[in-house]
Amino acid sequence: MMAASVWTEPFVWWAVLAGTAIALAAGLVGHVTVLRGQVFAGDALSHVAVTGSLAALAFGVDLRLGLYGGCLGFALLLAVLGGRKGADDTVIGSVFAWVLGLGALFLSLYASNGSGEATGGTAGVSVLFGSLVGLTGRQAVVDAAVSLAVAGVIVVVARPLIFASLDPAVARAGGVPVRMLSTLLFLLLGVIAAVATQAVGALLLLGLLAAPAGAAQRLVARPFAALWLSAGIAMASVWCGLIVSCLWPSIPASPAIIVAAATAYGLAWTASVRRSALLTRLAPASTGTVADDLVCSA
Amino acid sequence: MTHSLLWAATSELAGPTWNLALDVQRMLAVHFMVNALRAGTAVAVVAAVVGWFMVMRQQSFVGHTLAVVSFPGAAVAIWIGASVTIGFFAGSLAAALVIAAARRTPIGRVRSQESALIGTVQAAALALGAIAVALYGGFLDNLTGLLFGSFLGVSDGQVIVLLVVSIGVLAAVCAVGRPLLFSSVDEAVADARGVPVRLLATGFLIVLALTAAEVSQVTGALLVFALLVMPAAAAQQMTARPGLAIVLAVVIGVLVVWLALSAAFYSTWPVGFFVATFGFAAFVVASAARRTVDRWGSSRQRASTQRASNQGAPTVVSGQGVAVVQA
Repeated sequence: MMAASVWTEPFVWWAVLAGTAIALAAGLVGHVTVLRGQVFAGDALSHVAVTGSLAALAFGVDLRLGLYGGCLGFALLLAVLGGRKGADDTVIGSVFAWVLGLGALFLSLYASNGSGEATGGTAGVSVLFGSLVGLTGRQAVVDAAVSLAVAGVIVVVARPLIFASLDPAVARAGGVPVRMLSTLLFLLLGVIAAVATQAVGALLLLGLLAAPAGAAQRLVARPFAALWLSAGIAMASVWCGLIVSCLWPSIPASPAIIVAAATAYGLAWTASVRRSALLTRLAPASTGTVADDLVCSA
Repeated sequence: MTHSLLWAATSELAGPTWNLALDVQRMLAVHFMVNALRAGTAVAVVAAVVGWFMVMRQQSFVGHTLAVVSFPGAAVAIWIGASVTIGFFAGSLAAALVIAAARRTPIGRVRSQESALIGTVQAAALALGAIAVALYGGFLDNLTGLLFGSFLGVSDGQVIVLLVVSIGVLAAVCAVGRPLLFSSVDEAVADARGVPVRLLATGFLIVLALTAAEVSQVTGALLVFALLVMPAAAAQQMTARPGLAIVLAVVIGVLVVWLALSAAFYSTWPVGFFVATFGFAAFVVASAARRTVDRWGSSRQRASTQRASNQGAPTVVSGQGVAVVQA
């Protein structure tokens, strides 16, 4: 029906370009984030992205400035707070709840700044839920370039980073700069949060970080294979979401992408639960917990 | 938006005077302020109590997810024409049940997998909410209200619902207070002593969901954390004793809400901002005070006794928070 005409529009292809690159980077960063059990940091950063963008809107500066400034600043703060023993959820939660309170202030300043309520609402919605198909060609190219750079950095440091994530004590003893890698990961997370906010929206980028990585780790035991699988699932989710959104224009692209990623996670979860049940049945001599542990550590 | 409503109300009344009693009297003369104070107080008490257990159990991420997830519940409720209040509760409860069910599988008990699961549940629910918003079309003003709160739009009926849920949640927490505390401090030891830790974990998720849904009706889905985490975190900095900490958290929470509502009444800035800022200020002051006391205490200890700082600062509770998922 409408699908044939939609594919000839240039904005769809810009969306495909930016979306694929962002998904690649988010899948890679997300894998390491999930390995370290730090998804909450991604959650916090996504909310800081809201405040950063709203601050930029309220003070009339370029949206990207607020977005990148907010995300990178908070990423550094997380790295400092994280210190030696890993950032405390309570501290992260308190800080980002306050940052979000600032966001509420900026939203109301922006809305009362003469731009009118409706504009404030629309801007808020596009910050929160993104507009992948609203990207211009220039924006798409910039987003893709930044994402590819993030992906490149992850690939270069993948080996020590994963080592440091799986066993920080041994890695430190082996001369891996654990502290520096942790800071680097937070910064990359900040960059990807800023980029992804424009595409899938601040509230949804958590899905691109957590779901593909979680699914990949359910399906594959080896961390490096899971790293690439995670990126693959993320990219496939973006394509599925875009196709769904083009076929049914009333469904926005960003949520469709996240639903696709969450579906992949659900399927992977089911598969691994069934596999673990099978393992338990195959090893009746051992107790259930031992089999569970095997599955968990696998 | 609620904020313009407030502006309309305050512009007639002129600014605050130096007569505090008169200011309070003028505030209480406005019906929506009375409702806001009632609802805010009910919500602050429950959030502080449940939030303290949440902080002890290190389940901030779950708490935040259950809070945020109430938004899609409300969005879907508006889309299909059901009551928003029911939507809030249904969204949070559904997410709590999904997370609880997944945690019962062996995979769900691995810490890293648990965080991936929670993140996925949150994002998926928000995505469904966004789709509901898109399909319904045209309630943008409502949307900012759902996300950033509608303190001043609390109706009489809502106040009663909030009160009933608050009392129910508090009763549930009181009933299982001791075993819940035990299993929150050290789940492995509690399990060994025959405390039903699994059941308590699931029950606590449901209580957390009810609380999050309740708070988010007042503060908006995005700002629940201000009332759930901050008073509890501040109280935890001040004392290690559970009973005292909970009382302190409740006092801080209620004060934060009252001050924030008063501040918002006499300014044009949104309530959510004041709630978050006052809560955060309480947390910062509490942790700064604790650090000062610790330093003072340890330096005095060093001066008086010769066997110096092998222990360092006196132990505080935050140091012994145990990883929750060590099944």
